[in-house]
Amino acid sequence: MSGMQHSTYTPKSGIGRWVDARMPLPRLMYDSFVAYPVPRNLNYAYTFGGILSLMLVLQILTGVVLAMHYAANSDLAFNSVEGIMRDVNNGWLLRYMHSTGASFFFIAVYIHMFRGLYYGSYKAPRELLWILGCIIYLLMMATAFMGYVLPWGQMSFWGATVITGFFSAIPLVGDWIQQLLIGGFAVGNPTLNRFFSLHYLLPFMIAGVVVLHIWALHVAGQTNPTGIEVKSKTDTVPFSPHATVKDGFAMIVFLFIFAYFIFYIPNFLGHADNFVEANPLKTPSEIVPEWYFLPFYAILRAITFNIGPINSKLGGVLVMFGSIVLLFIVPWLDTSKIRSAVYRPWYKLFFWIFIADVVMLGWVGAKPPEGIYPMLALLGAIWYYAHFLIILPVLGLIETPRRMPNSITEAVLEKNGGSAHPAGAAAAPQTKG
Amino acid sequence: MSAHEAADETVDGNRRDFLYIATGMVGVVGAASVAWPFIDQMQPDASTLALAQVEVDVSSVQKGASLTVKWRGKPVVIRYRTDKELEEGKTVKLSDLKDPIARNANLPSDAPATDANRTVPKREAWLVMVEVCTHLGCIPLGEQGEFGGWFCPCHGSQYDTAGRIRKGPAPENMAIPKYEFTSETVVRVG
Ligand code: HEM
Ligand code: FES
Repeated sequence: MSGMQHSTYTPKSGIGRWVDARMPLPRLMYDSFVAYPVPRNLNYAYTFGGILSLMLVLQILTGVVLAMHYAANSDLAFNSVEGIMRDVNNGWLLRYMHSTGASFFFIAVYIHMFRGLYYGSYKAPRELLWILGCIIYLLMMATAFMGYVLPWGQMSFWGATVITGFFSAIPLVGDWIQQLLIGGFAVGNPTLNRFFSLHYLLPFMIAGVVVLHIWALHVAGQTNPTGIEVKSKTDTVPFSPHATVKDGFAMIVFLFIFAYFIFYIPNFLGHADNFVEANPLKTPSEIVPEWYFLPFYAILRAITFNIGPINSKLGGVLVMFGSIVLLFIVPWLDTSKIRSAVYRPWYKLFFWIFIADVVMLGWVGAKPPEGIYPMLALLGAIWYYAHFLIILPVLGLIETPRRMPNSITEAVLEKNGGSAHPAGAAAAPQTKG
Repeated sequence: MSAHEAADETVDGNRRDFLYIATGMVGVVGAASVAWPFIDQMQPDASTLALAQVEVDVSSVQKGASLTVKWRGKPVVIRYRTDKELEEGKTVKLSDLKDPIARNANLPSDAPATDANRTVPKREAWLVMVEVCTHLGCIPLGEQGEFGGWFCPCHGSQYDTAGRIRKGPAPENMAIPKYEFTSETVVRVG
């Protein structure tokens, strides 16, 4: 995995040497997570890669255990989840770890992605690394969507109806694809069964893509807040202990907040309608997806009019999927040679406006589609697109960047106004950005 | 390795090419024919497709009331419309409609969406309709919205008293299934 450096691993024991000569897995681990050099100036925004890995493991662990008590049948599912809550020993805890865990997984991935957008992590030579990240994000969304269907509450059912309905917008083959997805003319037992199967499978596919993601990371190395590439040995510190400690500390703080939600407000991020069993003949008075889908939901609902030959339904679906496609091509939309927003005063401003826009879209997505909200959703969606398609390309051409230091070491020295040693102390690092 | 190289020279190139192409072609056909059952199993199964017809006794439905039955997993509303609703449905100009096609399985697929074409002859007061929003499949609420017909809570589509889309993201009028009055009081859907 370590494309940049020579291995310094020297097995100390006889067994170590024996294994090393046959399958050097300990060497790979040592080179990737002990000796691996990381920029010395990484901040806490860079700890979310590690947190995400932890959350994936946690979701798989709690999920596998929940599956031992869960019945994937539309007559039994709702009650089996109630059974997990009331009868299974510690079932309530495991379920809340899983359901709240999904939300915290998304909190972490959004911070991780915004970190990438702020520090320009997607620029050459890290385009593939970025795209692999976008694929993980897509898989996460699919996994979480299908997981939310499993408890078979009203929101599960109607969320599944609306989201599989996206596919019926595709001209000609749309209805066929939708029936293929739900295995019938409406969401029902076949849908629940296949979603359970896929919900079990996808997290392991995510784990596979994570391996590729970290591989690509260890070829290019991490970025850092200055956006300047590592040039000399004084620019880096070894992964252990510097990154391990910083990552570990961030994980503990993150888990404390996570635990607070699990124990005190486990349903804060959920929806009351999902405590009502699915009823195929009655739509709840409002349908809202889980919070992490709200900005996209707002974009979907923003299109209430036909655009030329494209009807409003297809238009909404295209604009919504397009908003995710834009993420994939960001490396080629941003024309600036400067990587980090720290040295791009205008980009920094527009970055925060973009964050505000996404938050606003999320808020609108949770509101009923009446009054001022459709208009706000439309404006927010237009700004979202303009950010990627106009602001990013144009800004790179006209913006005057701030003066940049020559190296990471120089940047750290300037900031601390003094000695650069000892290297790690003031500038703790981490990994898996 | 020289032995191999020598062997290569004596090999008949045409025979090897033939084996390459033949293996490749059989492989592709084989992969495709194995892939198909994996896709096909996802389609609605026999129990789902099993002949779906329901007979409904509508003798208890008064003017202004409606009845909902489940057909192919979807709700079908049978509404005995009031005179006012009927009148409202008839006065709408076709040019005001977002979707000018009747979407009535009992009529040709290009029939215009007049109020009468949303029903069957002689039973114009009865609206029998798949009560599923043509946007993303929610069930709209009856007797609501700006047009006194249906309002979809999901993304705000509004339908009139004949179930025709008037406003919002839904592209089409709600579907009229195949149905027939088999007697004065019995409707057969499907
Ligand atoms: C990427 C990792 C995963 C994510 C983001 C995720 C997400 C979710 C979500 C959002 C729910 C609905 C929670 C609720 O409201 O009750 C759920 C339910 C469920 N998940 Fe997962 N999940 C993941 C991995 C797994 C794995 C690996 C399994 C193993 C089989 C699993 C098994 C289940 C089961 C059995 C349920 C239904 C019980 C319940 O609703 O609590 N999950 N998942
Ligand atoms: S499903 Fe009815 S408006 Fe979207």
